[in-house]
Amino acid sequence: MASSVELRNASVRDIVRNVSLRIESGEAVALIGRSGAGKTTVLRLLNGLAQPSSGAVSIDGKPLIASELTQRRRRIGTILQAPALFPHRTVFENIATVPRLLEWDSSRIENAAAEILERLGMPVAKFGHRFPRSLSGGEQQRVGIARSMIAAPPLLLCDEPFSALDPLVRRELQDAFIDLRDAGDVTMVFVTHDLGEALRVARRIVLIDQGEIVCDEPRDAFLASTHPLVKKFIEAARVG
Amino acid sequence: MWAEILRATGEHLLMVLIAVFVATAAGVPIGVACVRHPRWGRFVLRAIDIVQTIPSLALFGFLIPLPFIGGIGVRTAIVALILYSLLPIVRNTVTGIEGVDPLVREAAMVLGMTDRQRLLSVELPLAMPSIFGGLRIATVIAIGVATIGAAVGGGGLGTLIFRGVAMVDTTRILAGALPAALLALAADLLFGWIERRLSSGVR
Repeated sequence: MASSVELRNASVRDIVRNVSLRIESGEAVALIGRSGAGKTTVLRLLNGLAQPSSGAVSIDGKPLIASELTQRRRRIGTILQAPALFPHRTVFENIATVPRLLEWDSSRIENAAAEILERLGMPVAKFGHRFPRSLSGGEQQRVGIARSMIAAPPLLLCDEPFSALDPLVRRELQDAFIDLRDAGDVTMVFVTHDLGEALRVARRIVLIDQGEIVCDEPRDAFLASTHPLVKKFIEAARVG
Repeated sequence: MWAEILRATGEHLLMVLIAVFVATAAGVPIGVACVRHPRWGRFVLRAIDIVQTIPSLALFGFLIPLPFIGGIGVRTAIVALILYSLLPIVRNTVTGIEGVDPLVREAAMVLGMTDRQRLLSVELPLAMPSIFGGLRIATVIAIGVATIGAAVGGGGLGTLIFRGVAMVDTTRILAGALPAALLALAADLLFGWIERRLSSGVR
């Protein structure tokens, strides 16, 4: 059952100001905005990497409490721009991290790892035993994605997950995420600079500017918005 | 004479091994604590640093009158060796852990590892090359300081050196000095090799 998320009047000093956002189970939401607008910080509120200076953060109706963070994070997939794989562990061991924390038995872990690596185009026989340093940037990012998603978390938080990848791989992964979205078992919140990507993968766009939500609309309504900043974004994204 | 050299080398090695072992068993956890509690940690590092600047013979002098750990003999020497070995090990543990890529550390947190799991699975393994560097330095220092331990009844190769000096017997001096130097060199090479092997696995 995909997670629901709620931010209620959440602020992080002056980086995020009084943000209220409610995301229902199964939604796919893109947070867009300029650099420094606070969208990454909003995302980080959702996995407890950032603490609100005021306001509340809850997932599935339960507030996010510091003492529970470790447990709850095992059911949240976070994909960041830089994969930050464990350099001293193989690809397989990296991917097995959360399943092991969840105490899955080893055959279940092996099957899940094989399946997810296959889906990402990196067969386990060829890649499982390799170390991150021997992989290309794109391969490392895919392993990072596998590591975050192998345990099928009901909430997925992504911060520019595809920006380090070449356009073809980026497209493939966007398609994979679209399939995930349509399957309905995961709620996706992702930060992206790429409006085109946001419009493809998300069904709802939230524009953040200077720490505040400026526009929060379903995709089509967003495109039709008359808000000046929205129009600027759409214009800037237009190619050619 | 050879029997004497062998016995002295054995005594020497034993002293050094015990001291470095204890210094590691204490030093690595102290290093971890220093990283976890930086304000306290800075103070502790300072204190150990000050101990290290005390000349070894002077440190022996301070220890001798103390109850339990003092007196003339091997025990005092080992205590002094432990104190000297602590700084490189504690400091290199701190440097090693702090040197872990903050993004990797954050990844461990975000995946849902407890602090302890993160320490044991990620931070310490990645800090190993640095910690072994500290071990290397500590062992080489201990081998050197142990030679002076003979002056307070600590035994080891220093005994040969001191007796050789007293008797103006160059052979005897070298019988103590050469093995000590070779031990230090061997330790440096061995630990250096381990450090390099660990580094290549961790980059």
